[in-house]
This record gives sequence, structure tokens and C-alpha cells, in this order.
Amino acid sequence: MKKISNKQVWKNIGIILISYIAVTLLLNSGLLNRQYTSLLVPIAINVMLAVSLNLVTGFLGELSLGHAGFMSIGAYTGALISLNLGKTGILPEPVAFAAAVLCGGIVAAVFGFLIGVPVLRLRGDYLAITTLAFGEIIKSVINSMKITNGAKGLNKIPLYSNYKNYTVVFILMVITVLAISNLMRSRDGRAITAIRDNDIAAESIGIKISHYKVKAFAISAFFAGVAGVLYAHNVGILKPGTFDYNKSIEILVIVVLGGMGSIPGSVIAAVILTILPELLRGADNMRMLLYAIVLIAMMIFNNSRIKEGLMMNRTVKKLTGKGE
Amino acid sequence: MALLEVKNLGISFGGLKAVDGFHITIEEGQLYGLIGPNGAGKTTVFNLLTGVYRPTLGTITLDGKNLVGKGPSEICKSGVARTFQNIRLFGKMTVLDNVKTALHNQVTYSGISCFFHGPSYKKKEAEMTEKALDILKVFELDQYQDTLASNLPYGQQRKLEIARALATNPKLLLLDEPAAGMNPNETAELMETIRLIREKYHITILLIEHDMKLVAGICEYLTVLNFGTELASGTPAEVLNDPKVITAYLGE
Repeated sequence: MKKISNKQVWKNIGIILISYIAVTLLLNSGLLNRQYTSLLVPIAINVMLAVSLNLVTGFLGELSLGHAGFMSIGAYTGALISLNLGKTGILPEPVAFAAAVLCGGIVAAVFGFLIGVPVLRLRGDYLAITTLAFGEIIKSVINSMKITNGAKGLNKIPLYSNYKNYTVVFILMVITVLAISNLMRSRDGRAITAIRDNDIAAESIGIKISHYKVKAFAISAFFAGVAGVLYAHNVGILKPGTFDYNKSIEILVIVVLGGMGSIPGSVIAAVILTILPELLRGADNMRMLLYAIVLIAMMIFNNSRIKEGLMMNRTVKKLTGKGE
Repeated sequence: MALLEVKNLGISFGGLKAVDGFHITIEEGQLYGLIGPNGAGKTTVFNLLTGVYRPTLGTITLDGKNLVGKGPSEICKSGVARTFQNIRLFGKMTVLDNVKTALHNQVTYSGISCFFHGPSYKKKEAEMTEKALDILKVFELDQYQDTLASNLPYGQQRKLEIARALATNPKLLLLDEPAAGMNPNETAELMETIRLIREKYHITILLIEHDMKLVAGICEYLTVLNFGTELASGTPAEVLNDPKVITAYLGE
């Protein structure tokens, strides 16, 4: 048992190092033009959003359509901290950014907790609609508040997390992915998965369902909030309209495509679905049409016999580490 | 003092009295059977005992402590575990993880350790795995530890459910039709296992069963339920020869 888990750790470290080196080389060699370097941070942000949504949708088994709401809370909280503390020089830049990341995550988690409590009694379609409504409420509130500058939004947010600082972004992404995959291989993670598989049985063996549902919502919101902070400090401008339900659906599509309850799947799908629209830019008018067609094709492939056969293949099994 | 004392237990769904004036006293270490025709309210009694339903009337005390009004997870912590008539496993988790999940309140570590797999995580997880494998070995399920629970054959799924219930370290184990859908060989094997776990873990067992052979073979005491009320109680020999019971099962 122990040997396998150590092997797993080394493999993870290997994957992380190789991807970091690959990104560094690509950036410094000048192989990537401006169009693609500007995608690096959005990829990391989408990975974080997808992995955190997977916690609620894939592992807890509740469809949440308000993930963009949590993201926007993080984004605005972080941006306000940077604008008021970092830019004015009250705090040195790195400290201000660290504070922005932490506070963005925590405030989003608080809202995750708040939405988690009333929706406990709901499940399935009802919960999905409630989270959708919740996302829209956040958007409207941000739209009408003075501190968030209403519909005009916030601008000139310091670019602490743009592609030049990709190391910080990369580290935060790795932390998110590791934290959630570690969580799923622990006592709490098993409780969350057990609730998805059979809530009555989970209760009968002493798991407090309400506790773990709220916890899953709060943790998921925390990382969505952190992703929001990175977004704000990458783009420099925040508008409430960015965080509408389209954004939530976009994240959900990544999770479904990557596979419910599969963290590596979410990561891969996030990378593909972030790059894809850019790759299709050459097609001009046909871009969104092609995007949709590719999406349908990938969904069909995901549920096809071809993929099943591929996964059963010995070499593929070895590569994905499921052979042991 | 009796381990479980139930007095005057009753529940109504609208105008229907599903269980009415139900009494049962189970001594520590007993193997007690609850039988009755379909729709007699046996599973409802289980649901009342485990807090799935809240009784409209009556008291339930385990080891002198009141159980009425507590939720299922709290009742599990007080020492009552159960299985279900229609199997409820965590289908997409492995056999080992199913049992480890049931050790939730037996082996604990902090929520922080769940994120950072530090020394306490490793130690406690190893302890959990060991305990879970011990239980799986009793049911000869350890060879399937990495199989998904939903991929197990039916008979093994039934066994895994009992193993999972046992992992919560109960004083009282409730088995809801453990032999349902099993062939005679599997039933005989199950009877052996039930006897074995009672001795090995020193627990009290209350079981619902339709299979008269199993009931007569291992239960020391029986209560017959019909239309939500008690029809007869006593040793298997007394009860199964009672004309009232024969009428309830076979008709006039």
C-alpha cells in the first residue's frame, strides 16, 4: 500500500514540475505570441474554477449553477483590497496581493456557507435553480452598490497576477488542485462522496449530512473566490455583467466534459476548452459554431465505446496509473 | 437492565396507524427476530428505531438513554447500526472505502489534515485501513477490497452492508431481511456469519426476516407483527406453532 502511495506522490511532483518547466520554456523562448501568452492565466483560473465546482457537482452530486457568483465575490473583494491598500502604498504589493487572495477566498467561502444553509433541504433541480438565482442576486447587488462602482465596474486594478507573474498563478492553481484531490482521499472526502452515493445510508453510519453539504459548498466557494481574485488582477477591469449565468454554465461544461468526480479530467478539459476558442479564431464567423460542434463531438466521444476501449488498453492504463 | 426497551411505540401517516402500541425488550447479547407478513410494519419499526421517522407515541431507550427525537447520525453514534431491505451501498466507492467511510466516527482526524496529508493523516488512515480490512476478512470480502461496491455480486453486496454497519462499532445491529434474494446455500452461509459476528463482536442483533428456516435456526426470541401491532412473542417453537401466527401467515 505504502509503496504505491509514494509512487503516486512522485508522479504528481513530476507532472507539476514538467508542466511548470514547459510553461516557462514556452514563455521565454518566444514561441508563443501575445495572443497565447494572455491565455496562460485564464487557463489556470478555469482549472481552479472547474476543480472547485467538481467538488460540489461531481463529488457531492449537487448541480450548482451559481459558481460565477462566488467567483465575482472573490474578484471584487480582492480588487477592492488591492485598490485601497496595495495601490495607495499602505501595504507593500506582495502583502496586498496575499491579503487580496486570502480575503477574496474567505469572503466567498462565507457566502458559500450562507447559500449552503438554506439550500440544504433542496436537492436536484430545485437546488440548481436556487443556486442560479443566487448567482443572479449577487450580480444585481454588485451592480447597485456604491463600493463596487455599480455597472461601471472597477478599473485600473493592479495587474499582480498577469502572465508576467505566472509563477504565483501556477502555485495557486497547484495548491487548489492538490487541496481538493487530497480532500477527496480523506475522511471528509469519503463522507461527501458517500452522501452523493446514498444519503440515507450515509446518515445511518453516523455522517452528519448537513455539516458536510455546507462544508463542501464553502470549500468550493473559497477556491472559486481565489480564482476570482486572480481574474481581477489579470484583466484589471471588473464589470458585474462578466459574472452572469453564462460564466457558470461555461464552468459546468468543463466539469461535465472532464467527467463528474474526476479531477484530472477537470484539469484537462479546462485547458482544452480555454484554448479551443482561441485556436478557432481563424475561422472568424464560424468560430462559435465550430466551438459548439467540437464540444458535441467531445461529449459523444466521452460516452463512446471507443473511449471505453481506449481506457481498457494496457498502455493507457499504465499511463493513467489505474493499472496498479 | 435490558439493552433496548421500546414501550408503546406508534406512528401514524395521516390517518393510517402504521405501527401502534409496539413493545419490545431486548437483552444484551440476544439474537432477536422480528417477523410478520408483508406490510405488517417491520421496516417502519426499524425506521423508528434509527431515527428515520419520528414516532408520534412511545419511548425508545438504549442502555437507559432516550433515543426519541435524535437524528439518524446521532442514533448511530449512540450505538445502533442497520442494514437496508433494498441494498444501499456507496456504489461508486470501493469495497474498502465503503467500510472506511463507516469508520467515520471511530477514527477521526482534523479537517485541516484532510487537505494536508501530514503525519496524523497517514497514521490514522493506516489505522482505518487496518480496521476495515479486519472486518472485511470476517466476511471474506478482503479479496474484493478495490472493487467498486456496485460491481459486487448480490450476495456479497448484502454481506458488505453488514460489514459496513459493523464498522460503526454498534451495541445493537439491526438487519433488515439479510437473506432476501439469497439461495439456500448463501442463506446457510449467512446464518453462520451472523452467529460468528455476534460472538466475535459481542453485539446484540435484531433481525427482520421472511425466511422461516433462518429465523427458527438462529433467533432466540421472536416477536410477530401484524397490521402494525404485536401478534405474539416468545421462543421460535412457541411462536411458530401459535394458531394466531399461522392464521396471519397462511389465512384461515
